[in-house]
Amino acid sequence: MTHLPYIIASYGLAFGLALFLSVGAALRLRRDRARLAALECARGRRDRVTRRGETA
Amino acid sequence: MSATPTLTERAGALFHRYANPGRFLRLGVKLQPWLTWPALILSLTGLVWGLFFSPADWQQGDSVRIMYVHVPCAWLASSGYFALAVCSVLSLVWRHPLADLAAVEIGPVGACITATCLATGSLWGKPMWGTWWVWDARLTSVLVLFFLYLGHIALIRAFDDPQRGYRAAAILALAGAVDLPIIKFSVQWWNTLHQPDSIGLRGAPTMSHAMLWPLLVCTLGFTLGFAAIVVARLRAGVMESRIRSLLSGQHRGEPSPADGTPVGEYAA
Repeated sequence: MTHLPYIIASYGLAFGLALFLSVGAALRLRRDRARLAALECARGRRDRVTRRGETA
Repeated sequence: MSATPTLTERAGALFHRYANPGRFLRLGVKLQPWLTWPALILSLTGLVWGLFFSPADWQQGDSVRIMYVHVPCAWLASSGYFALAVCSVLSLVWRHPLADLAAVEIGPVGACITATCLATGSLWGKPMWGTWWVWDARLTSVLVLFFLYLGHIALIRAFDDPQRGYRAAAILALAGAVDLPIIKFSVQWWNTLHQPDSIGLRGAPTMSHAMLWPLLVCTLGFTLGFAAIVVARLRAGVMESRIRSLLSGQHRGEPSPADGTPVGEYAA
Protein backbone atom coordinates (compact mmCIF):
# COMPACT_ATOMS: atom_id res chain seq x y z
CA MET A 1 0.00 0.00 0.00
CA THR A 2 1.47 3.38 -1.01
CA HIS A 3 1.45 6.41 1.36
CA LEU A 4 0.64 4.16 4.31
CA PRO A 5 1.73 6.59 7.10
CA TYR A 6 -0.63 9.27 5.77
CA ILE A 7 -3.52 6.81 5.53
CA ILE A 8 -2.91 5.44 9.04
CA ALA A 9 -2.67 8.98 10.44
CA SER A 10 -5.99 9.95 8.80
CA TYR A 11 -7.87 6.88 10.01
CA GLY A 12 -6.26 7.19 13.44
CA LEU A 13 -7.40 10.80 13.69
CA ALA A 14 -10.96 9.85 12.76
CA PHE A 15 -11.04 6.99 15.30
CA GLY A 16 -9.48 9.19 17.97
CA LEU A 17 -12.03 11.94 17.38
CA ALA A 18 -14.97 9.50 17.40
CA LEU A 19 -13.70 7.92 20.62
CA PHE A 20 -13.07 11.28 22.30
CA LEU A 21 -16.52 12.67 21.42
CA SER A 22 -18.55 9.54 22.12
CA VAL A 23 -16.84 8.58 25.40
CA GLY A 24 -17.01 12.21 26.51
CA ALA A 25 -20.76 12.37 25.78
CA ALA A 26 -21.42 9.00 27.48
CA LEU A 27 -19.51 9.97 30.64
CA ARG A 28 -21.22 13.35 30.77
CA LEU A 29 -24.65 11.69 30.40
CA ARG A 30 -23.86 9.18 33.15
CA ARG A 31 -22.62 11.85 35.56
CA ASP A 32 -25.60 14.15 34.92
CA ARG A 33 -28.13 11.32 35.22
CA ALA A 34 -26.73 10.29 38.61
CA ARG A 35 -26.56 13.87 39.84
CA LEU A 36 -30.10 14.65 38.70
CA ALA A 37 -31.51 11.46 40.22
CA ALA A 38 -29.91 12.34 43.57
CA LEU A 39 -31.24 15.91 43.42
CA GLU A 40 -34.77 14.89 42.42
CA CYS A 41 -34.83 12.24 45.13
CA ALA A 42 -33.81 14.85 47.73
CA ARG A 43 -36.42 17.29 46.40
CA GLY A 44 -39.14 14.60 46.52
CA ARG A 45 -38.29 13.88 50.14
CA ARG A 46 -38.33 17.60 50.99
CA ASP A 47 -41.71 18.10 49.26
CA ARG A 48 -43.25 15.17 51.15
CA VAL A 49 -41.99 16.56 54.47
CA THR A 50 -43.36 20.02 53.59
CA ARG A 51 -46.78 18.60 52.63
CA ARG A 52 -46.93 16.52 55.83
CA GLY A 53 -46.10 19.64 57.84
CA GLU A 54 -48.90 21.58 56.10
CA THR A 55 -51.56 18.90 56.73
CA ALA A 56 -50.52 18.34 60.39
CA MET B 1 -58.51 38.34 11.07
CA SER B 2 -58.37 34.78 9.78
CA ALA B 3 -58.64 31.94 12.33
CA THR B 4 -56.59 29.60 10.11
CA PRO B 5 -53.03 29.35 11.45
CA THR B 6 -50.35 30.65 9.11
CA LEU B 7 -47.41 28.53 7.96
CA THR B 8 -45.13 30.32 10.45
CA GLU B 9 -47.56 29.63 13.31
CA ARG B 10 -47.88 25.98 12.32
CA ALA B 11 -44.10 25.60 12.07
CA GLY B 12 -43.76 27.34 15.45
CA ALA B 13 -46.29 24.94 17.01
CA LEU B 14 -44.39 21.94 15.62
CA PHE B 15 -41.06 23.18 16.99
CA HIS B 16 -42.55 24.08 20.37
CA ARG B 17 -43.93 20.58 20.73
CA TYR B 18 -40.40 19.54 21.72
CA ALA B 19 -39.67 22.68 23.72
CA ASN B 20 -40.70 20.72 26.82
CA PRO B 21 -37.38 19.30 28.10
CA GLY B 22 -39.02 16.22 29.61
CA ARG B 23 -40.67 15.38 26.28
CA PHE B 24 -37.41 15.90 24.41
CA LEU B 25 -35.53 13.66 26.86
CA ARG B 26 -38.04 10.85 26.38
CA LEU B 27 -37.67 11.21 22.59
CA GLY B 28 -33.88 11.33 22.95
CA VAL B 29 -33.77 8.12 24.98
CA LYS B 30 -35.78 6.33 22.27
CA LEU B 31 -33.75 7.86 19.44
CA GLN B 32 -30.27 7.24 20.87
CA PRO B 33 -29.84 3.51 20.05
CA TRP B 34 -31.39 4.01 16.58
CA LEU B 35 -28.68 6.56 15.83
CA THR B 36 -25.72 5.04 17.68
CA TRP B 37 -25.76 1.43 16.46
CA PRO B 38 -26.39 2.13 12.74
CA ALA B 39 -23.69 4.85 12.95
CA LEU B 40 -21.19 2.40 14.39
CA ILE B 41 -22.02 -0.39 11.94
CA LEU B 42 -22.11 1.83 8.84
CA SER B 43 -18.94 3.76 9.72
CA LEU B 44 -16.93 0.61 10.42
CA THR B 45 -18.28 -1.13 7.30
CA GLY B 46 -17.53 1.89 5.11
CA LEU B 47 -14.02 2.41 6.52
CA VAL B 48 -13.04 -1.27 6.23
CA TRP B 49 -14.55 -1.38 2.72
CA GLY B 50 -12.67 1.76 1.71
CA LEU B 51 -9.40 0.68 3.31
CA PHE B 52 -9.17 -2.92 2.12
CA PHE B 53 -11.68 -3.65 -0.63
CA SER B 54 -12.07 -0.52 -2.75
CA PRO B 55 -9.60 -0.03 -5.62
CA ALA B 56 -6.65 2.36 -5.52
CA ASP B 57 -6.75 5.39 -7.80
CA TRP B 58 -4.73 5.15 -11.01
CA GLN B 59 -3.12 8.57 -10.34
CA GLN B 60 -3.20 8.97 -6.56
CA GLY B 61 -2.53 5.36 -5.63
CA ASP B 62 -3.65 4.28 -2.16
CA SER B 63 -3.68 7.80 -0.76
CA VAL B 64 -7.18 8.09 -2.25
CA ARG B 65 -8.34 6.00 0.73
CA ILE B 66 -7.99 9.14 2.88
CA MET B 67 -11.09 10.30 0.99
CA TYR B 68 -13.28 7.90 3.03
CA VAL B 69 -12.46 9.92 6.15
CA HIS B 70 -11.89 13.37 4.65
CA VAL B 71 -15.06 13.73 2.53
CA PRO B 72 -17.55 12.71 5.27
CA CYS B 73 -15.79 15.13 7.66
CA ALA B 74 -15.99 17.91 5.05
CA TRP B 75 -19.70 17.19 4.49
CA LEU B 76 -20.36 17.19 8.24
CA ALA B 77 -18.37 20.38 8.81
CA SER B 78 -20.69 22.24 6.41
CA SER B 79 -23.93 20.50 7.33
CA GLY B 80 -23.15 20.87 11.06
CA TYR B 81 -22.78 24.60 10.54
CA PHE B 82 -26.03 24.62 8.56
CA ALA B 83 -27.71 22.92 11.55
CA LEU B 84 -26.22 25.62 13.76
CA ALA B 85 -27.72 28.30 11.50
CA VAL B 86 -31.14 26.56 11.61
CA CYS B 87 -30.94 26.46 15.42
CA SER B 88 -30.11 30.17 15.37
CA VAL B 89 -33.24 30.94 13.30
CA LEU B 90 -35.35 28.84 15.70
CA SER B 91 -33.81 30.67 18.62
CA LEU B 92 -34.13 34.20 17.22
CA VAL B 93 -37.57 33.82 15.59
CA TRP B 94 -39.40 31.39 17.89
CA ARG B 95 -37.25 31.70 21.04
CA HIS B 96 -37.09 27.92 21.18
CA PRO B 97 -35.27 26.98 24.41
CA LEU B 98 -33.87 23.71 23.01
CA ALA B 99 -32.51 25.46 19.91
CA ASP B 100 -30.10 27.42 22.12
CA LEU B 101 -29.00 24.27 23.92
CA ALA B 102 -28.63 22.42 20.58
CA ALA B 103 -26.46 25.24 19.23
CA VAL B 104 -24.27 25.04 22.35
CA GLU B 105 -23.78 21.29 21.78
CA ILE B 106 -23.37 21.35 17.98
CA GLY B 107 -20.59 23.98 18.12
CA PRO B 108 -17.79 21.93 19.76
CA VAL B 109 -18.65 18.77 17.78
CA GLY B 110 -18.66 20.75 14.52
CA ALA B 111 -15.34 22.41 15.43
CA CYS B 112 -13.72 19.00 16.11
CA ILE B 113 -15.06 17.62 12.81
CA THR B 114 -13.83 20.68 10.87
CA ALA B 115 -10.39 20.37 12.49
CA THR B 116 -10.30 16.69 11.44
CA CYS B 117 -11.37 17.66 7.92
CA LEU B 118 -8.50 20.17 7.72
CA ALA B 119 -5.99 17.72 9.21
CA THR B 120 -6.96 14.81 6.94
CA GLY B 121 -6.93 17.23 3.99
CA SER B 122 -3.35 18.17 4.90
CA LEU B 123 -2.44 14.49 5.21
CA TRP B 124 -3.88 13.93 1.74
CA GLY B 125 -2.32 17.11 0.32
CA LYS B 126 1.25 16.36 1.40
CA PRO B 127 1.76 13.26 -0.78
CA MET B 128 -0.39 14.62 -3.66
CA TRP B 129 0.51 18.32 -3.84
CA GLY B 130 3.84 18.14 -2.05
CA THR B 131 2.72 20.55 0.67
CA TRP B 132 0.70 20.38 3.89
CA TRP B 133 -1.14 23.63 3.21
CA VAL B 134 -1.86 26.14 0.45
CA TRP B 135 -3.90 29.35 0.71
CA ASP B 136 -6.33 27.90 -1.77
CA ALA B 137 -9.97 29.15 -1.87
CA ARG B 138 -11.47 25.84 -0.68
CA LEU B 139 -8.95 25.32 2.12
CA THR B 140 -9.11 28.91 3.30
CA SER B 141 -12.93 28.98 3.34
CA VAL B 142 -12.98 25.77 5.43
CA LEU B 143 -10.41 27.33 7.79
CA VAL B 144 -12.75 30.34 8.10
CA LEU B 145 -15.56 27.88 8.96
CA PHE B 146 -13.37 26.42 11.71
CA PHE B 147 -12.80 29.92 13.14
CA LEU B 148 -16.55 30.59 12.92
CA TYR B 149 -17.18 27.49 15.03
CA LEU B 150 -14.55 28.65 17.56
CA GLY B 151 -16.07 32.15 17.59
CA HIS B 152 -19.51 30.68 18.24
CA ILE B 153 -18.21 28.61 21.17
CA ALA B 154 -16.33 31.60 22.60
CA LEU B 155 -19.24 34.02 22.18
CA ILE B 156 -21.71 31.77 24.04
CA ARG B 157 -19.35 31.72 27.02
CA ALA B 158 -18.43 35.40 26.84
CA PHE B 159 -21.46 36.76 28.74
CA ASP B 160 -22.53 36.40 32.35
CA ASP B 161 -26.14 36.19 31.19
CA PRO B 162 -26.40 33.01 29.06
CA GLN B 163 -29.39 34.43 27.11
CA ARG B 164 -27.25 37.29 25.81
CA GLY B 165 -24.56 34.79 24.82
CA TYR B 166 -27.12 32.67 22.93
CA ARG B 167 -28.45 35.72 21.04
CA ALA B 168 -24.97 36.98 20.09
CA ALA B 169 -23.83 33.49 19.02
CA ALA B 170 -27.03 32.98 16.99
CA ILE B 171 -26.38 36.21 15.08
CA LEU B 172 -22.76 35.16 14.43
CA ALA B 173 -23.94 31.72 13.23
CA LEU B 174 -26.42 33.33 10.81
CA ALA B 175 -23.89 35.83 9.49
CA GLY B 176 -21.29 33.07 9.14
CA ALA B 177 -23.67 30.94 7.07
CA VAL B 178 -22.56 33.02 4.08
CA ASP B 179 -19.35 30.94 4.19
CA LEU B 180 -21.26 27.75 3.26
CA PRO B 181 -21.97 28.63 -0.41
CA ILE B 182 -18.43 30.03 -0.65
CA ILE B 183 -17.06 26.63 0.44
CA LYS B 184 -19.37 24.80 -1.96
CA PHE B 185 -18.67 26.91 -5.02
CA SER B 186 -15.05 27.90 -4.27
CA VAL B 187 -13.73 25.21 -6.63
CA GLN B 188 -15.88 26.65 -9.45
CA TRP B 189 -15.49 30.37 -8.76
CA TRP B 190 -11.70 30.33 -8.36
CA ASN B 191 -8.86 28.44 -9.93
CA THR B 192 -7.96 26.16 -7.02
CA LEU B 193 -5.50 23.37 -6.32
CA HIS B 194 -8.33 21.45 -4.65
CA GLN B 195 -10.11 19.13 -7.04
CA PRO B 196 -13.68 19.96 -8.16
CA ASP B 197 -16.69 18.11 -6.66
CA SER B 198 -16.94 14.47 -7.78
CA ILE B 199 -20.55 14.13 -6.61
CA GLY B 200 -23.25 16.66 -7.47
CA LEU B 201 -27.00 16.92 -7.67
CA ARG B 202 -26.78 17.54 -11.41
CA GLY B 203 -25.19 14.80 -13.43
CA ALA B 204 -23.64 11.44 -12.66
CA PRO B 205 -20.74 11.17 -10.19
CA THR B 206 -17.30 11.35 -11.78
CA MET B 207 -15.86 8.55 -9.66
CA SER B 208 -16.01 4.80 -9.99
CA HIS B 209 -18.93 3.04 -8.30
CA ALA B 210 -16.41 0.83 -6.50
CA MET B 211 -15.26 3.96 -4.67
CA LEU B 212 -18.61 5.74 -4.53
CA TRP B 213 -20.46 3.10 -2.49
CA PRO B 214 -18.00 2.86 0.43
CA LEU B 215 -17.86 6.67 0.43
CA LEU B 216 -21.66 6.92 0.68
CA VAL B 217 -21.74 4.28 3.45
CA CYS B 218 -19.04 6.19 5.38
CA THR B 219 -20.86 9.49 4.89
CA LEU B 220 -24.14 8.05 6.16
CA GLY B 221 -22.39 6.40 9.11
CA PHE B 222 -20.52 9.58 10.06
CA THR B 223 -23.72 11.65 9.73
CA LEU B 224 -25.64 9.31 12.05
CA GLY B 225 -22.66 9.34 14.43
CA PHE B 226 -22.68 13.14 14.45
CA ALA B 227 -26.42 13.11 15.19
CA ALA B 228 -25.96 10.47 17.94
CA ILE B 229 -23.23 12.50 19.66
CA VAL B 230 -25.22 15.73 19.41
CA VAL B 231 -28.38 14.07 20.79
CA ALA B 232 -26.38 12.55 23.68
CA ARG B 233 -24.74 15.90 24.47
CA LEU B 234 -28.09 17.67 24.17
CA ARG B 235 -29.68 15.23 26.62
CA ALA B 236 -26.82 15.94 29.02
CA GLY B 237 -27.25 19.69 28.41
CA VAL B 238 -30.98 19.51 29.23
CA MET B 239 -30.21 17.58 32.42
CA GLU B 240 -27.55 20.11 33.39
CA SER B 241 -29.98 23.00 32.96
CA ARG B 242 -32.46 21.07 35.12
CA ILE B 243 -29.75 20.51 37.75
CA ARG B 244 -28.97 24.24 37.74
CA SER B 245 -32.65 25.12 38.13
CA LEU B 246 -33.05 22.59 40.98
CA LEU B 247 -29.96 23.89 42.76
CA SER B 248 -31.06 27.52 42.42
CA GLY B 249 -34.55 26.48 43.66
CA GLN B 250 -32.92 24.83 46.67
CA HIS B 251 -31.01 28.01 47.41
CA ARG B 252 -34.24 30.02 47.24
CA GLY B 253 -36.08 27.37 49.28
CA GLU B 254 -38.75 26.73 46.61
CA PRO B 255 -40.81 23.62 47.34
CA SER B 256 -42.01 22.92 43.78
CA PRO B 257 -40.22 22.83 40.40
CA ALA B 258 -40.19 25.99 38.32
CA ASP B 259 -41.51 24.26 35.17
CA GLY B 260 -44.06 22.03 36.85
CA THR B 261 -42.34 18.81 35.75
CA PRO B 262 -43.07 15.90 38.09
CA VAL B 263 -40.23 14.39 40.14
CA GLY B 264 -38.28 11.71 38.26
CA GLU B 265 -39.36 12.95 34.83
CA TYR B 266 -35.85 13.99 33.77
CA ALA B 267 -33.80 11.31 35.43
CA ALA B 268 -35.78 8.53 33.73
